[in-house]
Amino acid sequence: MSLRAATLEYATRHRLRAWEALPWAAGLAVFFLFPNHLAFGTQVLIMILFALSLDLVLGYAGIVTLGHAAFFGAGAYTVGMLAAHAGWSEPLSGLAAAALVAGALGLASGWIVLRTHGLTLLMLTLCTMALLEQAANMGAAWTGGFDGMPGLEFQPLLGRFEFDVLYFRSQYLYALAVLLGGFLLVRMLVHSSFGRSLTGIRENLLRMHAIGAPVRARQVLVYAISAALAGVAGGLFTQANGFVNLAVLGLDRSAGVLIILILGGYGRLYGAFVGAIAYLVLEHTLAKAYPSAWQLGIGLALVLVALYARNGVLGLADGLRRRGGAR
Amino acid sequence: MDLASILLGGLASGMVLFVVSVGLSVTMGLMGFVNLAHGGFAMLGGYAVVLAMRHWGLPFFAALALAFLAVAALAALLERTLYARLYRAGELDQVLFTIGLAFVMIAAVTLAIGPESQTVALPEWLRGQTDLGFLSYRSYSLALIAFGAALMLALWLGFERTRIGAQIRAAVDNRRMAQSLGVDVGRLFTLTFALGSGLAAVGGALGAEILGLDPQYPLRYLVYFLIVVAVGGLGRVSGVFFASLAIGVLDFVLKFNFPQGGTMFIYALTLAFLLLRPQGLFGKRA
Amino acid sequence: MSAALLRTEGLCRSFGALEVARDIDFRLEAGARHALIGPNGAGKTTFVNLLTGLLAPSGGRVLLDGEDVTRLAQAKRVKRGIARTFQINQLFRGLTVLENVCLAVTERLGAGGAMLTPAGRRADVLAEATRLVELLHLGDDAGRRIDELPYGRQRLVEIAIALGLQPRLLLLDEPAAGIPSAESHILLEAIGALPRGIAVLIIEHDMDLVFRFAERITVMVSGAIYAEGTPAGIAANRDVRAVYLGDALDA
Repeated sequence: MSLRAATLEYATRHRLRAWEALPWAAGLAVFFLFPNHLAFGTQVLIMILFALSLDLVLGYAGIVTLGHAAFFGAGAYTVGMLAAHAGWSEPLSGLAAAALVAGALGLASGWIVLRTHGLTLLMLTLCTMALLEQAANMGAAWTGGFDGMPGLEFQPLLGRFEFDVLYFRSQYLYALAVLLGGFLLVRMLVHSSFGRSLTGIRENLLRMHAIGAPVRARQVLVYAISAALAGVAGGLFTQANGFVNLAVLGLDRSAGVLIILILGGYGRLYGAFVGAIAYLVLEHTLAKAYPSAWQLGIGLALVLVALYARNGVLGLADGLRRRGGAR
Repeated sequence: MDLASILLGGLASGMVLFVVSVGLSVTMGLMGFVNLAHGGFAMLGGYAVVLAMRHWGLPFFAALALAFLAVAALAALLERTLYARLYRAGELDQVLFTIGLAFVMIAAVTLAIGPESQTVALPEWLRGQTDLGFLSYRSYSLALIAFGAALMLALWLGFERTRIGAQIRAAVDNRRMAQSLGVDVGRLFTLTFALGSGLAAVGGALGAEILGLDPQYPLRYLVYFLIVVAVGGLGRVSGVFFASLAIGVLDFVLKFNFPQGGTMFIYALTLAFLLLRPQGLFGKRA
Repeated sequence: MSAALLRTEGLCRSFGALEVARDIDFRLEAGARHALIGPNGAGKTTFVNLLTGLLAPSGGRVLLDGEDVTRLAQAKRVKRGIARTFQINQLFRGLTVLENVCLAVTERLGAGGAMLTPAGRRADVLAEATRLVELLHLGDDAGRRIDELPYGRQRLVEIAIALGLQPRLLLLDEPAAGIPSAESHILLEAIGALPRGIAVLIIEHDMDLVFRFAERITVMVSGAIYAEGTPAGIAANRDVRAVYLGDALDA
């Protein structure tokens, strides 16, 4: 690629392409075409948001964490506890509270654990999450303990759109709107100089120090932002479903979102979309019928991805495109 | 329950943790490889013993030996064919691969045998109580403690007194230097990996009464194994030993006093410990 | 006596019983063209690591423009005007050549933390990065990923990054190592084109390059300064010839 082409690519990478409207058009289409599957659709939208938040931290900044569910759970429980104990059930402000709490948690834990790296970091993220999980278990008076808090009710969105627990109509559009907002935020960050510097941190930490970048500050910042976003996804979860329990925390949830991001492709904005949709649709159809075969399949997929297709589905597509273009 | 009983119970749990985790610590210290599937080898060991005893009528210790050999062989095969490809890969790829492998192990066992818990039939003489003079305690737990201590001694002697042990210690400390001194690090690792996984298998079977045995075993206890390894210091057998005992006793005490969520303190303590001392008890500073 | 740009006082570093830097008193003036030579294992790279903050000393001080920077972190020293290249390339391997250089230039401009505007809109970053890429004849590879480039070209990217930081003090650790001789003129031109105000310290084994470039040479052996002087003086120094240069200069 000539210098001019390279500069042009660099200068215009952030521009919105026409096809980027497709996912959202598809999202709206689903609303009209599959009115009986909006509950499932809402879960998919929530997971995409959660996966996007993980992509910021893992795909772009290269921070390997198995504890991201801690922030999802923090957001979920914040909304739940506010609704159950403080009578605070307005959705939008509830989400804001979730973002704040999860973000603060991310800032504090990030500032502490990002002093380490490698296995120690992995351990510390796991421990933080396990700690929260146990705390939620112990504090049953607040969190409902093992059974969680079922039967939560929320005020109609913007005073008009009621959350209906049967068809999830309002919830779906609400989740779609929140996802759009979250996506635009992530997109902006990723294309900014800050976002570029994150990829530098991921690719060569030592070099980033050696060009004068305040590495740890950037890491903690992206960790906090990502945590806040994960918290919003968690808050959405509680609001849309009307309950929260320990399943929002824990290794299963963290591993699940990691798998989604990996299979779709990390470090590219749309990997979260591809991964979440593919994984959840497949899980919805296959896992119920054949749970162990499903787990076997996922396990094999992960092994194969780790050995051959490090960049997931989108990465494979990219690779094919590059090889095709080289001819 | 008085102090002595609690201590013994905790020590027994700790010994199980030690037997399972020591292999993980050495291989992580040796190759820097994050192996989240390690618990899977422990589980396979437990199931191997159950099957050998139930379907082939093997006595307990023969089944244990068989489990050790079978899992060690499987581990060696997996290491040579799959793990070795990822030594240069980043941490994320190692995490993905080993989680995937753990999933495969869990699913395979569920499909082949079923999701129920299994019990390991202990030999007669381990089932009762032993009179220690000041206290009568479960023979099984006492045997675990004795076995763990013996293993620690054997490993210590092995590392300190044999050439292979010296090679392993050297390679843990500085792999490149060991290689330039002629140590065949590749072969060493296959050996250590097989041995460590075999030990895990034994631990899985021996510890079935304490930790249980079902397909979810690998991921349920993963955090504990990792904690023990991280706190002990990678590649330090003595570190894993003391960390396991500490965690075992602590966990026992906490579960007794705070049955719901008492383990929270273990995570909090681990967090605090690793922050103050990221290299673990006996590890070297990065 | 003019104030030196860089000075070390009694700089030492040991690893247990092994002393890798022994009581080093070193001076570098602004605009210097200085070479650091010596046998392998002499501690030259260690010295650079101490200067840049990658390694903390066991004793002694590092002074930049009179300021004691001994305890200052790497990134902060970069902001004070020190840039280095590494003996073994430290590049952003999954990113393109252009992106690598842009990252350095962006940090220098203090824009690395900007979150609201797209990076692509910073014409100043692109202009400067383009200039550097062309200076090092990397134009054809600008859009290629680092891990797709031959080692020699990667080496040039390493230089481009250091130049993009517009340092007052440039530390080059064996910059010619790995660059095929057909392309080594690119390196020489780039170094020759450096503004006179920048102080440059080169670690090199290529004596041709050293004697063409350096106005002052320091010889390090076993972690200590063995000799120091002009190129002619060092070339004529019998002890230096014995310990390091051998007969290479007679050729």
